Amino acid sequence: MNILVCVSNVPDTTTKVKFNGTQLVTEGVQWIVNPWDELAITRALELKESGAGVDKITIATVGLVGVEPTMRKGLAMGADDAIRVDSDPKDAFYTASQLAEVVKAGNYDLIMTGFESADYNGISVGAMLSELMGYASVGAVSAVNIIDGKLQIDREIDGGKEVLSVETPLVVSVQKGIAIDPRIPAMRGIMMARRKPLKVLAPVDADVYTEIVEIELPKAKSAVKLFDAEDVAGLVDALRNEANVI
Amino acid sequence: MSVLVYLENWDGKFKKVSHELLSYGKSLADKMGVSMFALSLGAVDSNELESLKAFGPEKIFIATNGFETLDNEVFAAAISQAAEKEDASMVVFSQDNVGNALAGHVAVKLKAGLVSAVSALPVSFDPFIIKKKIYTNKVYGHVKVNTDKKVLSLSKNTYEIIENPGAGEVEELSLDLPVAKTKVESVDKVTGKLLLTDAELVVSAGRGLKGPENWGMIEELAQVLGAATGCSRPVSDEGWRPHTEHVGQTGKIIAPNLYLAIGISGAIQHVGGISNSKCIVAINKDPDAPIFEVADYGIVGDAFKVVPELINELKKA
Ligand SMILES: Cc1cc2nc3c(=O)[nH]c(=O)nc-3n(C[C@H](O)[C@H](O)[C@H](O)COP(=O)(O)OP(=O)(O)OC[C@H]3O[C@@H](n4cnc5c(N)ncnc54)[C@H](O)[C@@H]3O)c2cc1C
Ligand SMILES: Nc1ncnc2c1ncn2[C@@H]1O[C@H](COP(=O)(O)O)[C@@H](O)[C@H]1O
Repeated sequence: MNILVCVSNVPDTTTKVKFNGTQLVTEGVQWIVNPWDELAITRALELKESGAGVDKITIATVGLVGVEPTMRKGLAMGADDAIRVDSDPKDAFYTASQLAEVVKAGNYDLIMTGFESADYNGISVGAMLSELMGYASVGAVSAVNIIDGKLQIDREIDGGKEVLSVETPLVVSVQKGIAIDPRIPAMRGIMMARRKPLKVLAPVDADVYTEIVEIELPKAKSAVKLFDAEDVAGLVDALRNEANVI
Repeated sequence: MSVLVYLENWDGKFKKVSHELLSYGKSLADKMGVSMFALSLGAVDSNELESLKAFGPEKIFIATNGFETLDNEVFAAAISQAAEKEDASMVVFSQDNVGNALAGHVAVKLKAGLVSAVSALPVSFDPFIIKKKIYTNKVYGHVKVNTDKKVLSLSKNTYEIIENPGAGEVEELSLDLPVAKTKVESVDKVTGKLLLTDAELVVSAGRGLKGPENWGMIEELAQVLGAATGCSRPVSDEGWRPHTEHVGQTGKIIAPNLYLAIGISGAIQHVGGISNSKCIVAINKDPDAPIFEVADYGIVGDAFKVVPELINELKKA
C-alpha cells in the first residue's frame, strides 16, 4: 500500500502575525509542518513500521521553493520521498487541482490530508481533492488502521465514533487522535533526509475561485474585570445580570 | 436563483444549529431578493420537518432512502442535484464534521467558491465578499468569491435565530445517486451527554488541576450550570480526559456563550479555539497568565478554593 500525505507549510502557531496589505510579513516567522499533517505523517510511519503492509510514504506540497525546508522535515520524520508543485497555493480549489495531478501521476491507495491548514483555515482541500479524483472520502478521521491488508477508518461522530471500511483509493481528512505525539526527527533522519528524492513539478492551469482582499484586525478586547477571590458572589452576579450568560 | 440550506439530522431530529442555519439562509435570501429552500436527507419525523417552517423556507426538500450511512459522495450528489433543481446560487452548510466533509465535494461539483467557518452575513454581494477568521482566529480575512455560485459553512452559535414563517411545503425529491463506497462496521456512541460542540456553556480545566483525580469538582460545576466539560491539550494528551474534550486550535474550536477556563494558562493555541466565545471567564492563580488578556471576567486565585465556592454560590439560587 502506498500513502500520500498532503503537507501544508504554515507559520508556527505561536507567531504573532503581521500583514503588509494582505501579505503576511514573513520576517522572523518560523515555518512548520501543519500540525494535522504532521500527525498524518506520524500515523503513516507507525503503520509502515508495524509491518501492516505500507510500502511507501510520499509527501506532497503545493508551494514555492521556500517550502522545501518544511518538506525536508517531513522526510526527516521518515517519509520516503517528496513532490513539490512549484506554485503559490492560490486558493483551496487551485491547490486541490494541483494535488489531483500529483495523485494521477502516482499510485496511491490512501491519501491523507489534515483537518485544516493553520494559515488560511480553509477546511476544504481534502474534500475537494477527493471530488476531483472521484475517490471516496472520509472526514473527521480519528484513527487509521490496516487490518488484514484492508483499511479501517474511525470517524468521529457526535458522542462517539463509527468504524468504517472504505474502498480504496481513498482520501481522508485527519484530526486529533490519529496519532498522539508527532514524530520528532532523529539526527540520522535529518542526515538521510538530505539525500531523499524531492521532485519538483510545474503547476497545471487551474481556476482560482477565492482570494483574500483585505485583512482586518479583531477589535481590541476590553480589559478583564477581576473579582476578588473572596467575592465569588460578585462574579456570579455579573454572569447572571451583566453578561446574561447563565 | 435561490439559497439552499442543507440541514443535517441527528437520529431523525434537528438541533438548534438547524434554526441558526435557516435564519442565516433566510437573511441571505432576503438580501438577494430570492427564496430559500431547505434540504434534509434521511429519515426524519414529520413534526420535526414541520418545526422548520417557522424559519422561512419556501420548500423543504427531503429524500429518505439511501442515507443511512454518511457516504460523502452519495450525500454530495444529492445536495448538488437539489441545488441545481432550484438553481441555487448559494448553498449553506453547518461548519461541523459533516458540513466540513461535504462542502468541498459540493463546491467542486457546482464550480463554486467555498468559504468555510463564516459567522456573519457578507460584507458585500457585488462583488461578493465575506469575512472569516484566519491564521487560527488571529485576524479576519475578507474573502472575495469570484464564482457565480458560492458555498458557505456557518460556525455554530454565531448567528442569531430569527423566526420568520415560510410556506415550508415538504417535497420528496427523486435523485440519481452513486453507489456508496463506505460501509459502517460498528458504532460506538454515548447518547444523552451534552456535547462540547453543542453546548452554550462550557467548563474547561487545564494542567493547573494537577491530576485527573481532581476533576470531580469540575464535573460538579458543569452539572450545576448545565454545561459541557472541556480541557486543554496537555490534559487530554496525558490521558486525564478524553480527546473529545480537547479545546483549541488542534482540538475543538467552539463558540459558546460562556467559556469558563480553570487552571488554563491561555496559550495562543488554546485561545485560537475559544476566541469567538461570547463571554470568557478565567480562574487562575497567576495574575500574569495570558488567559486574562482574552477573558471578560476573572478571579486570581486558587482553583481548589474558588471552584467549590462557585458551586455553592450557584446552588444558592
Ligand atoms: C502545534 C501546537 C498546537 C497546540 N494546540 C493546542 C490546543 O489546541 N489546545 C491547547 O490547549 N493547547 C495546545 N497546544 C499547547 C499549548 O501551547 C499549551 O502548552 C497548553 O495549552 C497549556 O495547557 P494548560 O494551560 O493546561 O497548562 P499550563 O500552561 O501548564 O498552565 C497551567 C495554568 O494553571 C495555573 N494554575 C496552577 N495551579 C493552579 C491552581 N491551584 N489554581 C488556579 N490556577 C492554577 C497556572 O498559573 C497556569 O497558568 C498546542 C501546542 C502546539 C505546539
Ligand atoms: N499548499 C498545500 N500543499 C499540500 N497540501 C495542502 C496545501 N494546503 C492544504 N493542504 C492539505 O489540505 C489540508 C486542509 O487544508 P485547508 O483546506 O487549506 O484548510 C491540509 O491539512 C493539507 O493536508
